[in-house]
Amino acid sequence: MGVEAATTGLAIDLPPGRESGLWRDAFRRLLRNRLAVAGLIMLLSIIALAVGAGAIDEIARYDPDFQTHADIHEGPSTAHFFGTDNLGRDTWSRVLAGVRISLQIGLGTQVIVLALGLVVGALAAMGGRLSDNVLMRFTDIMYAFPDLLFIILMRAVLEGRDWLVLSDQRLQIMLAIGLVNWTTIARLVRGQMLALQGQDFVLAARALGARPWRIVLVHMLPNTLGPVVVAVTFGIPIAIFAEAALGFIGFSLPPPTASLGRLAKDGYNFVQLNPWFVVFPASAIALLMLCFTFLGDGLRDALDPRSR
Amino acid sequence: MTGYVIRRVLWMIPVLWAVATITFLLMHAVPGGPFTEEKDVPQSVLNALNRRYNLDEPLWRQYLLYLWNLLQGDLGLSFRGDRDVSELIGRGFFVTMQLGLLTFIFAAIIGLTLGVVSAANQNGPLDYLAVFFATAGAAVPNFVLASFLIVVFAVELGWFNILGWGGPIEWRDTFDLSMWDPKKLVLPIISLGVVPAAYIARVTRASMLEVLRQDYVRTARAKGLVEFTVVARHAVKNAMIPVLTVMGPIFAFLVTGSFIIESVFSIPGVGRLFVEAVLRRDYAMIMGTTIFYAGIVAFANLAVDIMYAVVDPRVRYG
Repeated sequence: MGVEAATTGLAIDLPPGRESGLWRDAFRRLLRNRLAVAGLIMLLSIIALAVGAGAIDEIARYDPDFQTHADIHEGPSTAHFFGTDNLGRDTWSRVLAGVRISLQIGLGTQVIVLALGLVVGALAAMGGRLSDNVLMRFTDIMYAFPDLLFIILMRAVLEGRDWLVLSDQRLQIMLAIGLVNWTTIARLVRGQMLALQGQDFVLAARALGARPWRIVLVHMLPNTLGPVVVAVTFGIPIAIFAEAALGFIGFSLPPPTASLGRLAKDGYNFVQLNPWFVVFPASAIALLMLCFTFLGDGLRDALDPRSR
Repeated sequence: MTGYVIRRVLWMIPVLWAVATITFLLMHAVPGGPFTEEKDVPQSVLNALNRRYNLDEPLWRQYLLYLWNLLQGDLGLSFRGDRDVSELIGRGFFVTMQLGLLTFIFAAIIGLTLGVVSAANQNGPLDYLAVFFATAGAAVPNFVLASFLIVVFAVELGWFNILGWGGPIEWRDTFDLSMWDPKKLVLPIISLGVVPAAYIARVTRASMLEVLRQDYVRTARAKGLVEFTVVARHAVKNAMIPVLTVMGPIFAFLVTGSFIIESVFSIPGVGRLFVEAVLRRDYAMIMGTTIFYAGIVAFANLAVDIMYAVVDPRVRYG
């Protein structure tokens, strides 16, 4: 077999023993990337802390909205790890609450982005010339729309609506961010699918009489997943950034909800009086984004060794 | 080439039209009108206001009217102060453009230097430092960085001022040196410029490493040139092509980024106009600023694509 493979150059020699799949290989490569592992560990700790604080009172210690007017604008101490804000609320518990919101919005937005991107990309690639043209031109237009302008407008449109599930403010923000950020995934999926269409295994499936939707779902979609996973991982910090930016200019969740952007903005308003107030929320935003970006870098290198 | 440019410019028209249409629909879907918050205004005054800004027309007529005026270069009147939107944007643009250009220069210098230096010292300590900066810098949001810089350099050390714009506000003051105040200029530029600088550094490093492995670089070394000459004269020039391609997205990023930075530092640019316009439901202003930004981004991408073909003779657009 080995000789044959060498002479014909066709067959692939699998090493004996346990078969190692694409994902297992990728995971092993990911674990070798020190920055990515550091990002992953840090991220898991942050998630554990933030989620834990929602369930166990001993972690946050204070209610994020609880005001003690006796001690406002305090620096970090053992009583208040991150100090207190202008209303005497505990910044540590507010930052933890903000991290929870940022994580929800970061991940939730990616669900919307993924759904839109996969559908539009797959329809463009598989639906014939006309649908390809229409969908990709639409994608171009959405791409040309300055992101933040669209997000702010969309946010203003959705604000205060009570349409069924959409009355939830977090969902409104996810939607506002997701509706403009799906273009990368759509282009990626379309490109991958067009490339896969001519591959032998797809032709073989077609020759065996598989239905088109089965070919797309079972044979093509799993093969587009690598780059999509990377794009989604990079999309999370983008969404976290967008929410924080919205909060910073006053378009995010209404007070007293402690979203990270709003916390940073509140802190910024009092920067002369109490610099700690802005430093901690801002660090939390940066740390979250850094973790996801490191993880994304690692995933990209792991899933596509050629890109190194 | 000419054909390609013409086609690209023509394609911008439907794109801008689509952006205008989407904005128009979204904007009118925002709950509450421009004058609903004014209290105790007699109905007759409201009627007059609505007539003045064509708000008493049905939506489809407002839309057609807007497009018609837009075709003639008329962006309409801002509800605030009843002033020409194009005039207000023009003034804001002058400030936004200074911020954008200065930041771009800053980002290009820092990014290119870091990229070249780190590639020339691959896997050395300098390289690790630069790569770390490039990775970390790209992930720190500009307003977060701005907050840190303000806390350290403006509040604690008191080196810089943080309110207002340090450059001229009007065209005729451009050459008046007293209008340029570095105390106000430095922090916004750094806050806005670090992400693009990190991005440029990454691309430059990757591209340099690629070029340094080429045969002609080995030839240059083989004929005994000093390493500096090899890098500076033979490698850098050829490594610039992939860097150019990311300039378009970077420019777009600068434009949208300036938005928040303008809010943070109270810089009277176009970004702040937009934010205020959305809050006040200032329809003509929202439309004007959005079309303006979309146009700038489209132009930047076009310029980069053309430059690409000019710099690299191998690129030919059919």
